[in-house]
This record gives sequence, structure tokens and C-alpha cells, in this order.
Amino acid sequence: MKMTGAEIIMESLKKEGVEHVFGYPGGAVIPIFHQLFNAPFNFYLARHEQGAVHAADGYARASGRVGVVIATSGPGATNLVTGIATAYMDSVPLVLFTGQVSTEMIGNDAFQEADITGITRPISKHNYLVQSVDELARIIRESFYIASTGRPGPVVIDVPVDVSKAETRFDYPEHVHLRSYKPVYKGHPLQISKACKLIEQAKRPVIYSGGGVISSNASGELREFVKKTGIPITTTLMGMGAYPETDPLSLKMLGMHGTCYANQAVHDSDLLIAVGARFDDRVTGKISEFIPEARVIHIDIDPSSVSKNVRVDVPIVGDCKQVLAEINKLVKAPEIGEWIERLQKLKAENPLTYKDSEAKIKPQYVVERIYALTKGEAVICTEVGQNQMWAAQFFEYSEPRTFISSGGLGTMGFGFPAAIGAQIARPDRRVFDIAGDGSIQMNVQELIVAVQHRLPIVIAILNNGFLGMVRQWQQLFYERRYSQTCMSFAPDFVKLAEAYGAAGIRVEKKDEVDAAIEKALAVTDRPTVIDFRVDREENVYPMVPAGKTIRDTITRELL
Amino acid sequence: MRHVISVKVENKSGVLARVAGLFSARGYNIDSLAVSQTEQEDVSMMTIVVRGDDRIIEQVKKQLNKLIDVIKVSDHSDHPSVQRELALVKVATQPAKRSEVYQLAEIFRAEIVDISLKTITLELTGEPEKIDNFIELMRPYSIKELIRTGRISMNKE
Ligand SMILES: Cc1cc2nc3c(=O)[nH]c(=O)nc-3n(C[C@H](O)[C@H](O)[C@H](O)COP(=O)(O)OP(=O)(O)OC[C@H]3O[C@@H](n4cnc5c(N)ncnc54)[C@H](O)[C@@H]3O)c2cc1C
Ligand SMILES: Cc1ncc(C[n+]2csc(CCOP(=O)(O)OP(=O)(O)O)c2C)c(N)n1
Ligand SMILES: [Mg+2]
Repeated sequence: MKMTGAEIIMESLKKEGVEHVFGYPGGAVIPIFHQLFNAPFNFYLARHEQGAVHAADGYARASGRVGVVIATSGPGATNLVTGIATAYMDSVPLVLFTGQVSTEMIGNDAFQEADITGITRPISKHNYLVQSVDELARIIRESFYIASTGRPGPVVIDVPVDVSKAETRFDYPEHVHLRSYKPVYKGHPLQISKACKLIEQAKRPVIYSGGGVISSNASGELREFVKKTGIPITTTLMGMGAYPETDPLSLKMLGMHGTCYANQAVHDSDLLIAVGARFDDRVTGKISEFIPEARVIHIDIDPSSVSKNVRVDVPIVGDCKQVLAEINKLVKAPEIGEWIERLQKLKAENPLTYKDSEAKIKPQYVVERIYALTKGEAVICTEVGQNQMWAAQFFEYSEPRTFISSGGLGTMGFGFPAAIGAQIARPDRRVFDIAGDGSIQMNVQELIVAVQHRLPIVIAILNNGFLGMVRQWQQLFYERRYSQTCMSFAPDFVKLAEAYGAAGIRVEKKDEVDAAIEKALAVTDRPTVIDFRVDREENVYPMVPAGKTIRDTITRELL
Repeated sequence: MRHVISVKVENKSGVLARVAGLFSARGYNIDSLAVSQTEQEDVSMMTIVVRGDDRIIEQVKKQLNKLIDVIKVSDHSDHPSVQRELALVKVATQPAKRSEVYQLAEIFRAEIVDISLKTITLELTGEPEKIDNFIELMRPYSIKELIRTGRISMNKE
């Protein structure tokens, strides 16, 4: 049977089992949108293409499935760019369809033409310009395969409008033939046995677990690994939830704003077992003093992550889930009683804290209360800045895919649209966007999407009237010159929420915090914005200044 | 250090830009680049000569391997290989000096591919160093135009 390109897109999405698509129409994709009436999936009309791509991203992170976006050519496509880069940096699987001017017009500065394959080349895992309708089905099949296998990432398919309209026979390929793309999943047995030996002999081992454990659904294998070996574990920002932070062996997050005990443990270790983590500079600080005495085992599916920043003794290229399962079969527990004792002491002596106040609302207190009142069962999305770090520090994550944040690119405006996607993926859970007053304004237009679809997301704005994270750096490293970080002109967030048809609550006193959260949790048919007026100059601690070592850690006590 | 990197790629549009982008994104200037077909119609070979820090080049090679359209990457700097380049040199020689040019051409086995009243055009193939030397020797005869293909390289068995 013959089908148009637009029909082929619909059928292919059906074959891929896609349930939710995010996007925005325009001239070059009218033929595709024309088919949406009969689509076998839900379509969510964003109010800005950036909102669509972050929502698809949040959906993908919360569900483990591929997020799908459709946007038009030119400005529609360029509006996706930040979202594509965000997903690329955090290895999130997306397939994005962009409209393009018709093939004979390409390169002519045609109306709403942008070379989106050129623009997204360095920020996508792969991209395609579809030159003929005959290759469309194959390209879609390959795109889903590429996006979701190996190290996941976004794939862009640029579809000229004449391709959407042209007809051909539809044949969805069963298999993908890509001779040049063959991710390795199984770890090398020799490397695995070497790793087991190192583990068994270690005196001061630490597991450093990252986003790869989440994306490969290896949380179960990781927990088993910890159980079998008794080795303490710290995670990156991207790895939170893979191992319950409430467990005594959890050292919580490491890095710039990680716990002192996690950073100290890693620094003092004689064996660092990195699993699906990429030794980011927010984690290592000054690289030469990061792990002076440790040997390193690095499990990663991407060979270009291995030995990129630190020397690795036992590299294992493969999928965390498979490699950990193999290791679990072989490994014996090391004798590390003394080490554990030392770390437990360190942990008890240096807890994450803040100086609470009765007069002011501390942002950390708000996060703690959200944790308590949701019994830790919420899905937490964050914006970027101090709010993000407090959300990481003062909520204890116990399940994978319950902490969703832009780590690599640090995109302000990510959290709320991502929460829309996450709520769609997890109708069974309450979803929060822990937000900053700056960040929320970057994609606040998406409120109407949440209202339209009756998504009961709670947007908890930790409103400090500042671009707080930048202000903190200005305070600590730039002589308190708060250049352009004071946001004294801000909208009335409660009225703003109400204008969109959402609920709005303002909280100015500490003793109103619980009631506000409870009230928001009682609303189940629309989003709620809570404007928490928090202490304006609270800082995030501990902090290892950029490029410094743990000896330079700034803790509250030093100030 | 100078690296000669061979990249076997799918013969598709956009591949050259992807490969070149990995170098330019790091501020690396490619000394030479030759792209051509191979024994397989749908496969092209790129030979890239680039100077850079060894560790960073190592990372670039891994990134090249990561590109979906790249089939194989090999660094000919660490393997014996045959390397060749072709150059065309147009010199504006006065009639009195022509025989000197002919003699040098003969020594280097350069071919004369065009002669006009005012110029001689020579074609030379060989190892890039040989071409460098020849060009140096031609300088006194006033080089009007010079073009080189960039090196191609094949590993020895
Ligand atoms: C304001 C701010 C402050 C920050 N502070 C911190 C901080 O204090 N601490 C911190 O940790 N981060 C912090 N970050 C985040 C940081 O920038 C990085 O995003 C993060 O550290 C990277 O996490 P990761 O190493 O787990 O890598 P990810 O980006 O999650 O990468 C995953 C790794 O796993 C690999 N992988 C993927 N799939 C698989 C698989 N199936 N099998 C095996 N491997 C796989 C990938 O190849 C990659 O190497 C901060 C960000 C911001 C914006
Ligand atoms: C799109 C974008 N622009 C700029 C930045 C730089 N930046 C990082 S944190 C931050 C401040 C965020 O302010 P707010 O959302 O109020 O959060 P707070 O730190 O006050 O909690 C800025 C401007 C960024 N990360 N993203
Ligand atoms: Mg703020």
C-alpha cells in the first residue's frame, strides 16, 4: 500500500510503540500535523518549542523510553536547540522531527529555512536530512535504534515538506543494518576478572556511580553489588536514586556540592569503582589531586568516556547492567571493616546541615518538608542553580528516575517542562519542580499545558529574589559585586499562576510551609505554584570551589 | 606531534562536516585532508594530517569512532605506511633559466604537464617530504601557483 511521508511517520511511531508526542506546528509540518487527528498517540501542544523538547526529555528520563518531538522548520527547529543540547549532555534518548523547506529550495535562503542538521551536528548523537520519501521509514527505524542503544542521545530527523507529501510503499524495516555502529554491551571477561581481583584486595574501596546506571536500568544489579561486597557508594548528581540514600552505605552525592564524607572517602580511597560516570569537572575538582592513591576500575559503554580525564587501571567497556551482573557472579567481598567504621564516623561528624531559623524560611527546610510530606515518594524535577543543589542535598532519593535535572548543560528553564513530561510518564506519582525565581521565568509559558492536561504538578519556587547561584559565586569569589543578579523586579507568581488557571500559594512564614505543601498535594486536577519567600542570601554548602581540592572546601563553619 | 589519521566512512553527505567538526571544535587546524572513493563504492577514505597534543588526538580518535557514519579509524603515525602526495607547480621562468628547471624536474622525476611562453607547469608525486624539497628548489624560479593534494596513506602489510 502506498503512503505519504506524513502517514509513514505516523505508522512508524505506532510501530515503535510511541504513546506521547510533544511539539508545535508550522508551515513545513502541516502535512504531518494533518495526520495527527488519527494518531495512535497523545499529542501535547507546547507553548514554545523549547518546552516541547524539555517535556519529551523529562518523559524519557522518567520512563526510560524514547521522547518524541515534532516541530517546524526555521525558528521552530532553532527553538529546539537548547533542549537538544541538554539531552545530549545528559545522554537522554530523543527522536526529533523537524520540518524543512522543500528539497529543491534547500540552500536558497527560502522562507523559514535553517540548516538544522548543520546546527545540531555537534549537539546530537546523529542526525538525518531525509532526501527522499523512500528512505524515510528506514531513517526513523535507525533513529529510534541509535537514540536508545549504546550511550543514549538525541537524534534529529529533518523532513522537507515535499518528502512529507510524496508517496511510496511503506515497509517498516525489521532490522537495522549499521555496519559502523555496534555498541558493545558485554564486558570483556578478562577485564571483569581483573576487576574482581582488585575489588577483593582493596582496603579502602568506594563505588562512584553515575547516570549510566540509571539509563541502563542497572539499579538492581548495583544494589546487589553493594550487598555482596559491602562497599560504600557515592553517586553523581545524575546517578541519584540508583542506590537508596537512606542506607548506611550510601555516602550521597559527591562533587562540588557533594557531602564532605563522600568527597573525603573518594579522595582517601585505594580503589575507585566508577560505574556509568564520566569524571566530570564538577565531580573531580582539580584533577591531579582528585584520587592520589586510588586505582580505578571504569565501567562505561562509551569508549570515549574511558581514560578521558583520569588514568584508568581496569577499563571495562560495556553496559553497566550486564557488567555488574557478571561481576556479581564472581566477586567476593573485601575485608574493609576498618574503612567502613572510619567512614561512618566521618559521616556522623559531617552531616549535610544548615542553620535553621524561625524568622526566615530556609530553602533547605522547604526541601526537607517536601521530602517528609511526600514520604520521599515524589518525582523531583529541578531547575538550575541553588534550588537544584538543595533539591539534591535535602531530599533522599531511593529509586531510579525520581530525580530529574539538567546536569551537564545546566539549563535554566528545564525543570518545569521536564516535570510535565515526567508527570505524563508517571501519573501514579506526585511530581514537583523545585524551582528558582529566575529559572521558572524561562519556560513559565508551559503552565497552560499543565492546566490544559490537568497535570497536578507542584512548582515549588525557592524565591530568593536573586539569581542565587551566580550571586553566591559573586559573593565568594568576586567581592560581593552582585552585578545583574538581583531580581527585585519579579512578577507576582500567585497571580501569574491564577492567570493561567493554576493554583497559587504564597508562603512568607516558616510555620506556613507544611500547610502550603499539603494544600498543593490536595489539588489533583491542575498545577500549583507555591511561592516560597526564602532567606535571600542563603548559600549552598559544602562547596569545593571550581578547580580546587577538598582541602579548599568551604563549609558553613568557615564563614 | 603530527598525526596522519585515516578515517574510513560511509560515502554520505554530511560526513565530511562531522569529521572536520571534531577538529575545528577544538581549535585544531587540519594541515591536509584528502577524501576519495575506495575499492567499495559506498565507502570513502579520508586522510587527515593534523598536529596536536597526543592525549587530545587520542580523544578525537575515540570521538571519530563514535560517529555513526565512521567505519574505522587508524592512526598511521604508529604503523609503517606508504604515504604519497601530488603537487602541481607553475613557475614563471625566464627562457634562459628553463634548462635548469628541466634538470631539476628530471632529478625529481617531475613531469612537465604544460608549457607556455612565460610559464612551465610541473607535476610531482611522492612522499610529502620530497615535494617539500622540490618546492624549495623551485622557489628561485618564481613560483606563480602551487597546489598540493594533501597526503594519502596506506598501511604496509
Ligand atoms: C549548578 C550545578 C552544580 C553541579 N554540581 C555537581 C556536583 O556537586 N556533583 C555532581 O556529581 N554533579 C554536579 N553537577 C552535574 C555535573 O555537571 C554532571 O552533569 C554530572 O556530574 C555528570 O554525571 P555522570 O558522571 O553520572 O555522567 P552522565 O552525564 O550521567 O553520563 C553517564 C555516563 O554513563 C555512560 N553510560 C550511559 N549509558 C550506559 C550504559 N548503559 N552502561 C554503561 N555506561 C553507560 C555514559 O557513556 C557516560 O559516560 C552540577 C551541575 C550543575 C548545573
Ligand atoms: C539558560 C541559562 N542561563 C544562564 C545560566 C547561568 N546560571 C546558572 S544558575 C543561575 C541562577 C539561577 O537563578 P534561580 O533560578 O533564581 O535559582 P537560584 O540559584 O536562585 O536557586 C544562572 C543565571 C544557566 N545555567 N542557564
Ligand atoms: Mg533565585
